[in-house]
Amino acid sequence: MSGHSSYTPRTGIERWLDARLPIIRLGHDAAVSYPVPRNLNYFWTFGGILMFMLVAQIVTGIVLAMHYTPMSSVAFSSVEHIMRDVNYGWLMRYLHANGASMFFIAVYIHIFRGLYYGSYKAPREVLWILGVVIFLLMMATAFMGYVLPWGQMSFWGATVITNLFSALPLIGETIVTFLWGGYSVDNPTLNRFFSLHYLLPFMIFGVVILHVWALHHVGQNNPTGVEVKNVAKDTVPFTPYATIKDLFAMVCFIFVFSWFVFYMPNFMGHADNYIPANPAVTPLHIVPEWYFLPFYAILRAVPDKLGGVLAMGGAIVVLAFLPWIDSSKVRSMTYRPIARQFFWMFVVVCIGLGWLGAKPAEGGYVIASQILTTLYFGFFVALFVIGLFERPKALPTSIADSVLGAMKGGSGARLATATAAEPNAKG
Amino acid sequence: MAQTTHTTTHGATPPEGTRRDFLMLATGAAGVVGLGAVVVPLVSQLAPDAQTVAAGAPIDFDLTPVAEGQGVKLVWRGQIIFVRHRTKKEIDEARAVNVASLRDPQADQARVKQGHEQYLVLYGKCTHLGCIPSGTAAGEPKGEFDGWYCPCHGSHYDSSGRIRKGPAPLNLGLPPYAFTSDTKIRIG
Ligand code: HEM
Ligand code: FES
Repeated sequence: MSGHSSYTPRTGIERWLDARLPIIRLGHDAAVSYPVPRNLNYFWTFGGILMFMLVAQIVTGIVLAMHYTPMSSVAFSSVEHIMRDVNYGWLMRYLHANGASMFFIAVYIHIFRGLYYGSYKAPREVLWILGVVIFLLMMATAFMGYVLPWGQMSFWGATVITNLFSALPLIGETIVTFLWGGYSVDNPTLNRFFSLHYLLPFMIFGVVILHVWALHHVGQNNPTGVEVKNVAKDTVPFTPYATIKDLFAMVCFIFVFSWFVFYMPNFMGHADNYIPANPAVTPLHIVPEWYFLPFYAILRAVPDKLGGVLAMGGAIVVLAFLPWIDSSKVRSMTYRPIARQFFWMFVVVCIGLGWLGAKPAEGGYVIASQILTTLYFGFFVALFVIGLFERPKALPTSIADSVLGAMKGGSGARLATATAAEPNAKG
Repeated sequence: MAQTTHTTTHGATPPEGTRRDFLMLATGAAGVVGLGAVVVPLVSQLAPDAQTVAAGAPIDFDLTPVAEGQGVKLVWRGQIIFVRHRTKKEIDEARAVNVASLRDPQADQARVKQGHEQYLVLYGKCTHLGCIPSGTAAGEPKGEFDGWYCPCHGSHYDSSGRIRKGPAPLNLGLPPYAFTSDTKIRIG
């Protein structure tokens, strides 16, 4: 939807700058006049929320890095120093630690939104794959961040996760030694993880720019999954319509975020991480952060080391192939009576796996994990098969039609249109 | 117009082409060598550094205080080493199993030093994902085979440190060590 630019510089300075570096034009086209489908619901506000969370993590992270010491002998006490001695240090750390969790809540909602409304289908495959790349980078970042406070969970989480690579035949052990910079997780490991934990968020930022670029090139999907046919009728300008909606959702999200930070800041953490790392004692029950639990359950469901690692990796990588796995032309699950039921089952399976990931790996829990792991991958097979025979419900002819239909004959004249609303939207 | 183009292409291309080809190859070759010269140090710096390697010097350990049935944990190269003084029962159990039926088949005799069968010296690192199995100190759960139990994902090792049940693929590793006298070992 990269139409021609509607920006007209008003002052002399703007005209002068526009002829040299059209940066205001870029901002105007991307965030003011950019047309968005008029039927977007609140699930479309999570992109903006994710952007906010990334910036929040970077800002609080840079502040923490000013007081934190990445050396195994003092890392733990430097985090306690942040908590007790640094002005508002407790706030910065709780914002950062809970911010990681909120970031993942938002990204999971964002991903399931894409799954439900078929946002991965042509022409949005690259947009979707860039999203999967961001998700992987986020996981790497959060994992390494969790190692930094150098508590028991930091240390043993790092040990278990880096050892995943030892499952690779031949080169596995060498890779692990090179990751550690030693013969076990130790000071060199902490140093390099800190360096990478600082770097990766900026790489995420770079991929986010590509993600948004791809988005602005192909345009947003919408709850009907029907492409925009008539820009004037089907869309509204980003500002003020999407801007205000995104901001409103963001404020609501920040309420929830603040509630965790101020009232239950350790709810999503693990008590064992307040015990300094001890290489001689493995805690009896190791669990990763909640956002890794479904994948951890898949890892443990497979009784073979390499098999478990491959299943876990596959569970993430399979997402990238979704555009070619799903055989249906219809995007939105709203119009797919059979696939929709499978979608909700998939949501339940993912939550179930998350619950199992926190349980000890024994008896019935293992069997349940194996069943749910099969169902997890089964969903992707089902998407391929269902698309071959499913009869979708009638699609609305256009976005405008679906909105007017929903208003039950209400006057279409009340709808702002892109052209009418654009010139002086401030009024 | 057409003629000028024609002559230029015709007259100038061959000699210029060869010179450019040469530059292309030479620059490419220099580039590949340069890239290698940069990548090697960039990757190599990740390996254990001299200090870490030096900290892995051999250690001596006196076995006399370890009574029969007891075990101790040592640290060598940042890794835990288990030393267990096995009971007669534990040795017999370890030798009674059919080696061929094991996941990582290895006879107990091959895992101890000749003449010192009662002492088992192992890496205390689960071959699954690296947790420390319990069972060395008194009172710790020893698993179903009188050896070790890994709490992380439930691997059971027997009284020879061999994997018997659970996700771990291999037996507990054997560190390099030798008896320097009847009751002393040197690890490393
Ligand atoms: C994608 C964005 C980021 C995520 C998801 C993330 C995640 C995390 C997590 C989960 C922790 C452990 C918190 C705890 O339990 O104490 C952490 C710690 C830390 N992070 Fe980040 N982080 C991000 C960005 C950054 C950036 C950009 C920096 C530095 C510029 C940074 C610096 C730190 C520091 C110094 C710590 C250790 C202090 C502490 O544990 O609270 N982080 N991070
Ligand atoms: S690390 Fe021991 S069973 Fe997984």
